[in-house]
Amino acid sequence: MLSIKNLKASVEDKAILNGIDLEVGAGEVHAIMGPNGSGKSTLAGVLAGREGYDITDGSVTYRGMDLLDMDPEIRAREGVFLAFQYPVEIPGVTNMYLLKAAVNAVRKHRGEAELDAMDFLKLIKEKAALVEMKQEFLYRSVNEGFSGGEKKRNEILQMALLEPTLSILDETDSGLDIDALRVVAEGVNKLRSPDRAIVVVTHYQRLLDYIVPDRVHVLAGGRIIQSGGKELAQELEQKGYGWIEDQAAA
Amino acid sequence: MSQTERELAPLLKRDYKEGFVTEIDADTLPPGLDESVVRAISEKKHEPAWMLEWRLEAFRRWEAMTLPKWAHIHYPPIDFQAISYYSAPKQKKLLDSLDEVDPKLLETYEKLGIPIDEQKMLAGVKVAVDAVFDSVSVATTFKKTLRDAGVIFCPISEALQEFPDLVRQYLGSVVPSGDNYYAALNSAVFSDGSFVFVPKGVRCPMELSTYFRINEMNTGQFERTLIVAEDDSYVSYLEGCTAPMRDENQLHAAVVELVAMKGAEIKYSTVQNWYPGDEDGRGGIYNFVTKRGACRGQGAKISWTQVETGSAITWKYPSVILEGDDTVGEFYSVALTNNHQQADTGTKMVHVGKNSRSTIISKGISAGKGQNAYRGLVKVLKGADNARNYSQCDSLLMGDECGAHTFPYMEVKNPSATIEHEATTSRIGEDQLFYCRQRGLSEEDAVSMIVNGFCKEVFKELPMEFAVEAQKLLGISLEGAVG
Repeated sequence: MLSIKNLKASVEDKAILNGIDLEVGAGEVHAIMGPNGSGKSTLAGVLAGREGYDITDGSVTYRGMDLLDMDPEIRAREGVFLAFQYPVEIPGVTNMYLLKAAVNAVRKHRGEAELDAMDFLKLIKEKAALVEMKQEFLYRSVNEGFSGGEKKRNEILQMALLEPTLSILDETDSGLDIDALRVVAEGVNKLRSPDRAIVVVTHYQRLLDYIVPDRVHVLAGGRIIQSGGKELAQELEQKGYGWIEDQAAA
Repeated sequence: MSQTERELAPLLKRDYKEGFVTEIDADTLPPGLDESVVRAISEKKHEPAWMLEWRLEAFRRWEAMTLPKWAHIHYPPIDFQAISYYSAPKQKKLLDSLDEVDPKLLETYEKLGIPIDEQKMLAGVKVAVDAVFDSVSVATTFKKTLRDAGVIFCPISEALQEFPDLVRQYLGSVVPSGDNYYAALNSAVFSDGSFVFVPKGVRCPMELSTYFRINEMNTGQFERTLIVAEDDSYVSYLEGCTAPMRDENQLHAAVVELVAMKGAEIKYSTVQNWYPGDEDGRGGIYNFVTKRGACRGQGAKISWTQVETGSAITWKYPSVILEGDDTVGEFYSVALTNNHQQADTGTKMVHVGKNSRSTIISKGISAGKGQNAYRGLVKVLKGADNARNYSQCDSLLMGDECGAHTFPYMEVKNPSATIEHEATTSRIGEDQLFYCRQRGLSEEDAVSMIVNGFCKEVFKELPMEFAVEAQKLLGISLEGAVG
């Protein structure tokens, strides 16, 4: 599904990613962990097509396509979804409006008929119930005045609605209380399927109690320095990142 | 230029689809302005003697005045002698019905999507339209239906013939002929415009609308609109404006006066789309307009809503004088400047009566090299106990070559007044754009969605069918422009 080879990227001439290699297969959930400043969010941003990064080397192939060559909206329509660490507020634009535009952009791209207002309403109500989101949030401006937890829940709502093939969750657990964490995780777990892949970027092991990964990778200094199964996350939780960085340096 | 801007540059180019010229014989006065021109206009209109005197007095005042320099706009000096002050499409005789209007004129309005054929109603909603072409009104629809309701809606030139006393009673009572440079000029040479009179207790049965069109080259358009709403009456009025694309600048100096008596409400909406000039700032309309309303009786309400997307220069401050107690003044504005457009616009709310309230919501959008200034005055006089004002001025910047400026003025002479002012300036965030694109929206759709969201508080004040038009217009005018 996703194949990253020797990916190097910099921001304003400062190298952030220093050669990432990662293979994510269909049906798999991968966790990318690492200390602050290790390049986790940069990796998520590069995959989604955020501006401001210079790709200096390497390649990313997504379902046989050169991902780095695609505009962000094309990536989205091809099924790449980024759940933002800091979801953006858009005053005056209702959540409903954005979501309908998004769903229909994807459907149009796939050559499917666009949903009309009634069909869309039915769909979104169903998905909102899934992430336990009150319907009033659908009629409010996108993320405006939402609490941290509500914003993250809104991201998962969008994910549930768009049914992406590759989901990238960027620090979705940060700022969440335990209830919100459970809801978010359930939303993600419902999307797990043999033809979808999920990449969870996180600092803490906490979220991985709920979204159990197939593989865990530790990112430090812009490289993946260790990979393992889900037990690697627990080890990190107990020992911190220090030991593994020391090990890598040795 | 950032990467986004480079990508967006081609999107910024707008097509001004109203930019065509109608080939029609016109009766046009030669360029130049002196007393004889003022007399000639008055004569062409068969005006009463008092009207000519009024014009001449305005002309003498204008001659003694100097061009105002305080606005945040820059332009080469206007040669007022190079402009023609009167142009009318040649029509054989006075018209009795629409069937007699030159088909070319009808065609022009059809092309612009303005229904002056009563059979074709705008979006299924009945709207009475007065169409002003260069200096004269060419057609007014639904006159009879309105008359039956007691409402007068006709060209002001016609009102001067049919209802001279009414016009005389109110003309210049809100904007005196010597009010300012452009108002004085207008008072001297205005040739047409609309007159609306809504009698006591009448709720005008439909939206009224005037459509202004400049066609002739080197012609100025100086229209004068006067709306009077008697006690406890209501009227909603909309004006729209377009002009052909020309390399020269053309002058538009209008005056609008509103009078709302006790308990009356006037809602005045503008969608201004004069030709803005090309990408390099060549051509475009100079729009110097004086608009003012007076809430004369207790509980009167005047509401201005404007969407200003056109013109090379916009200079206008629709204002409300809150004379009566418990009166309400509102100003909702979206002003967009792209390419080399400049706008200096805002409002004046003058609180005279007790418990008078005013609301100002201004949304300025600057793109390209556009300069956008909000200039607003809130004045509370001594006797205006418990006056309240809320002002909100938001500016949105796209790219790094444009500018947004806010000039709020406050003069408060009564300690019981409550004045609130909020101002924000934001840039269409790359974050917002990326967020929308990551959800699958094209860059163009994302910009349009974000800008429309920014303007929502103003658009919701427009009559429904025009709000849709305004949104589309904004989309066309912007088509990108982000940094």
